[in-house]
Amino acid sequence: MLKRGYYGNFGGAFLPEILVATFDELEGVYNQARNDPLFWQDYEQLMSSYSCRPTPITDAQNLTRHFGGARIFIKREDLNHTGAHKANNVMGQGLLVKRMGKTRVIAETGAGQHGVATATMAARFGFDCTIYMGEVDVERQRPNVFWMEQLGATVVPVTDGTRILKDAINEAFRDWVTNMDSTHYVLGTACGPHPFPEMVSWFQSIVGKEARRQMLEREGRLPSRVFACVGGGSNAMGIFSGFFDDDVELVGVEAAGRGLDSGEHASRLCSGDASVGVAQGYKTYFLQDGDGQMRETHSIAAGLDYVGVSPILSDLKEKGRVRFEGATDREVIEALRLTMKKEGVIPALESAHAFARAFKEAPGMSTDEIILINQSGRGDKDIFTIADAFDDPKWKQFIIAKAKQYHA
Amino acid sequence: MLETYIRSRLAEKKILLMTHIVIGYPTLEASLEIVRSMVEAGVDLMELQIPFSEPIADGPVILKANQAALANGVTVDQCLDFGRRVARQFPIPFLYMTYYNILFKHGVDRFADGMQAAGLQGAIVPDLPPEEATDYLDAMGRNELSPIFIYSPTTSDARMNTIARVAAGFVYCVARKGVTGDQTEFSQQIGDYLGRCRAATHLPLALGFGVKDKADVDFLAGKADIAVIGSQTLRVVENHGVEAMANFIRQIVN
Repeated sequence: MLKRGYYGNFGGAFLPEILVATFDELEGVYNQARNDPLFWQDYEQLMSSYSCRPTPITDAQNLTRHFGGARIFIKREDLNHTGAHKANNVMGQGLLVKRMGKTRVIAETGAGQHGVATATMAARFGFDCTIYMGEVDVERQRPNVFWMEQLGATVVPVTDGTRILKDAINEAFRDWVTNMDSTHYVLGTACGPHPFPEMVSWFQSIVGKEARRQMLEREGRLPSRVFACVGGGSNAMGIFSGFFDDDVELVGVEAAGRGLDSGEHASRLCSGDASVGVAQGYKTYFLQDGDGQMRETHSIAAGLDYVGVSPILSDLKEKGRVRFEGATDREVIEALRLTMKKEGVIPALESAHAFARAFKEAPGMSTDEIILINQSGRGDKDIFTIADAFDDPKWKQFIIAKAKQYHA
Repeated sequence: MLETYIRSRLAEKKILLMTHIVIGYPTLEASLEIVRSMVEAGVDLMELQIPFSEPIADGPVILKANQAALANGVTVDQCLDFGRRVARQFPIPFLYMTYYNILFKHGVDRFADGMQAAGLQGAIVPDLPPEEATDYLDAMGRNELSPIFIYSPTTSDARMNTIARVAAGFVYCVARKGVTGDQTEFSQQIGDYLGRCRAATHLPLALGFGVKDKADVDFLAGKADIAVIGSQTLRVVENHGVEAMANFIRQIVN
């Protein structure tokens, strides 16, 4: 019997027997699509007409001037439909669902971005849609829940376990093992059993392909460093994949939460707190205890708050191809504030991790070097979280007044 | 050997009963009492689940029991002590049921060596398909322990044959799609499915997922060799207490 989907020591497909046939089918249709040049053409066509691809790169001259080191460019995945890179993966999987003839999609979501993207895809393609979301995340991302429901999806708050992203994934698997004949599970990141890490990375590679071409067209050369935040790792895999064969340093930025020594973070690859394990169907670094029980994680950004990480990134770390760093909640808030003031763009809290690290490194680099930051999503829809993080008194007054109106 | 034991029991009765407990749920002391009641009431073999924080194949009842046991602070070492204790104390075969990460973090060889020393007979690891099981199969084989593998209604005949080549003890046939504890309709379809399982392996067949009472077990007699009751025993404890267990088992066995 063949082991499938390994990247060095990581990956695999640790599947309950009931799902093996479903994964065989998915792998089959994915390989077919991958070997069919027309499929990628259709996909690009869809993304240019339904979403905003290619997304631009922005020359962040004010930030460059502010730091006085490397020139800073931003890849604008925030300009995708639904405001994040998530749409790339979701629309791609939607095309596969059509090929498989299934009529229902399910998904997990943390920050809500992937849930909203899946709900739009389901609406567009006419699929039934159920989104699993940890109860904690439902509370901190209510606006996204509102949109998912308006788009016709059923949102199921998950009350088991730590009630965040990983628990939503478990619950989505439980749905899938019951309903796999009609249902496809649109996993949102480059994690999980084979072929998900590879397949999601493939759809997200549209980001890196564009970014590389755009840098060459614009500047006639490639950046010396590329920064991307890493939750599950799909936006990082997307942009990094454009530069794997180049002499470009790739930097993945994880959530250092309240500090890498605090025990309250979600850093699997840049802290000593994670170890190799097998859960949720794949082998990678997990934040777990000595018994193998998953630990609680913390990040200001719901989308980075995950115990595992893409097995492809674990392998790239071990091979030394990608460097991993952490950004704390506090650094992230500062980076977000500065980016808004200087450039008038609003990164999501997740993406702001990549900005925070880039800002640390930019001043130490020479002025003829280029930094490319992947702005994986936009922050304006995170208004509740960001307003809380900024502790904005006028916003609080507004919410209190608004709540009074509802009471009246 | 587990298979030999099963065959000798089957010479005396038409279908055996395997039950499932989650170690440390509701407490370690209560787990011991549950095992005692089950054995005294006539259970033939038992799965001892080592709780895991991400039990993706389990439904709500067993999931909650896993979480409650972990919230009580139950450790893997305590579970292994528990397994050693019951295997010495009671005359039936015990198996561990858990997810692969527990074995992986403990060390697969060390886990299997420990099982052998403690007198356990085998293990069920629902997220470890044969493709990923090379180390596990080596360790289990070396210790003459039975790696129990799983058939499901979606498993092809060819794959059933492949699984049969690495399985030992018995094969655990999942009755239907879905997770543990949901309703199962015991119909001709299950009979046909078990026929397909029977054609693929010479090993005894256990059937689980949704088996909850005497009627279900009676239906399975003559079709499967072992009926597995999991979630329902947890429900009995939750609704009627540990002391209700002996009666629950007795009325199924008799």
